[in-house]
Amino acid sequence: MPKPRHLKPRDGDVVLLVGTMKGAFLFRSDRRRKKWDMAGPYFPGQSVYSMTYDARGGRQRLWAGTGTEHWGALISSSDDFGRNWTNPEQVPIRFPEGSEMALKRIWQIIPGRTEEPNTLYAGVEPAALFRSDDAGETWSLNKGLFDHPHRTQWQPGGGGLCLHTIILDQGNPDRMWIAISTGGVYRTEDGGRSWKARNVGIKAPFLPNPEPEFGQCVHKVVSHPAEPDRMYLQHHWGIYRSDDGADTWNPIEKGVPTTFGFALAQDPNDPQTVYNLPIEADMFRATPEGKLRVYKTKNAGKSWAPLAKGLPQQEAYECVLRDGMSTDKLDPAGVYFGTRSGKVYGSANSGEKWSLIAETLPPVCCVKVAHIGGAKPAKKSAQKSANKSAKKGAAKSARRR
Amino acid sequence: MAVAFYIPGYLRTFTEGRARVSLSSSPATVQAALDELWALYPGVRDRVVTEHGDLRPHVNVFVGEDNIRDREWFNTAVREGAEISIIPAVSGG
Repeated sequence: MPKPRHLKPRDGDVVLLVGTMKGAFLFRSDRRRKKWDMAGPYFPGQSVYSMTYDARGGRQRLWAGTGTEHWGALISSSDDFGRNWTNPEQVPIRFPEGSEMALKRIWQIIPGRTEEPNTLYAGVEPAALFRSDDAGETWSLNKGLFDHPHRTQWQPGGGGLCLHTIILDQGNPDRMWIAISTGGVYRTEDGGRSWKARNVGIKAPFLPNPEPEFGQCVHKVVSHPAEPDRMYLQHHWGIYRSDDGADTWNPIEKGVPTTFGFALAQDPNDPQTVYNLPIEADMFRATPEGKLRVYKTKNAGKSWAPLAKGLPQQEAYECVLRDGMSTDKLDPAGVYFGTRSGKVYGSANSGEKWSLIAETLPPVCCVKVAHIGGAKPAKKSAQKSANKSAKKGAAKSARRR
Repeated sequence: MAVAFYIPGYLRTFTEGRARVSLSSSPATVQAALDELWALYPGVRDRVVTEHGDLRPHVNVFVGEDNIRDREWFNTAVREGAEISIIPAVSGG
C-alpha cells in the first residue's frame, strides 16, 4: 500500500477534503488559494463518499465515510490531519437489531449547530439518518424517519438508495431537512420525531403520477445558513428553488444548457448566488457539448451564466457527482469541484477563472472545504448583505417558533 | 488438535498482526468457531459479517477447501484440527 504524504496546515489555511473511489486526499493552500500541496492517499483502495471538518469545541477533526466492497462501511476520524485515523472494533454507525437493514455506505457527514458542539449527523445507504451527541463516539438511528410510512416505497437511484443531503436550520434547533434519492425532500419541525415529504412542484416524469407526494429523484439541495428557507435543488430532471422552506418548489432553468446534473454549491457571501454543473442527460452523464462549464446564478435562479475560463472547452466529457462541488467561506468565494476522471479544479474568485489543482486522482466522489483556525470575516459589503439576510432568517425562524 | 483461523492481511489490524489464530477448543460448527474468534478479537466481527450477522457478500469463509456458501453456511461442520480461512473474494475494481 502507498505511504501517504502528510500536511501541516496553519491557521488561515484552506484545506480541500477530496474523497475518491480509491482513497482520500487533502490539498492545502493559504488564503490566496493559488498553490496547493497534496497529502494522501488515506484509506488506499477504499471508497470515500463523504468527508467533513469539525472545528467546533477547539477540535481540528477530519471525518471520512469510508468503505470497501469486502469489509463494509465505516465512519472514521482524524485529529492530526490524517496521520492517524480511528478504526474502532465495533462499527459505530449500525442499524439496530430487528431493522433487517445493514449499513452499505455513508453518504453525508455534517457537524451539528454551533451551540451543540458534540452533535453530528450522518446520512447513509440504505436511506436513513443517524445522529451522534457525543462527538461521534456513538450513533443512533433517527426513528422518526426510519418508521416513516413512505420508507418502504423509496427506490434506489443509480447510486443506491441514499440519504445524501442534511440541512440544519441554524436558527431553529427543531427544524431540518434531508433529501433521499429516490424519495425526495423531507422536513422535520420537531427535532426529528416526525417528518413530512416536501416535494410539491417537483416533477417526476419517471413515475405514473408526474407530481407525486414523494419519490422524486432529488440529487442535491443547498441553502444559505442566513436564509435557510430559500433552497435550491438539483433534481434528476430539473433545477428548482423554494422560498418557503421546501413547502413549494418552482423551476429555475433559464440559461442552463441542460436540467440534469448532480452538483450544486451555495455561495457563502450571498444567498442568491449558487453554482451548478450541468450534465447532458441521465442516459449520457457527461458535460454537454464536450465543454466543462460551471453555471452561476446571482439572482436566485432567475438566470444562469456559464463560467468556463480555465476549463477545457473541447472534448471534455466529464461528470461531477452530487457532493463533488463545494465553496469555501472567503470573499471572493473559492469554488472547487472534482470529476469522475480524477481532476480537481478550483477558482479563488467565485468561478471567474479556474485552475487545475489535481488531474490524476481516482474518480472523485466528494470535495469539501476546511478552514483552519476559522475563516476570516468576509468583506464589509458582503458581510452587510449576509447580516441583513441573517436578520431576516432569524426573524422568520422566531415567527415559526 | 485445535481449530485455527487464517486471517487475511486487512483484518490483522484487529488480531495483533496475527495471520493465524488458533482456538483453544474444537467448536463443532463454523458459527461456534466464529463466535470464539469474535470473543478473542472483536474487531474482526463487523468486517466479516454485517451488524445482523450475515456474511458480507464479498467475503468467503472456507473450511479446509470447502466454501461454506456451498455447504451449510454458518452451520457447516468443523472437524477437530480444521483450518478455517477468511478470504476476501476476487472482486472489486
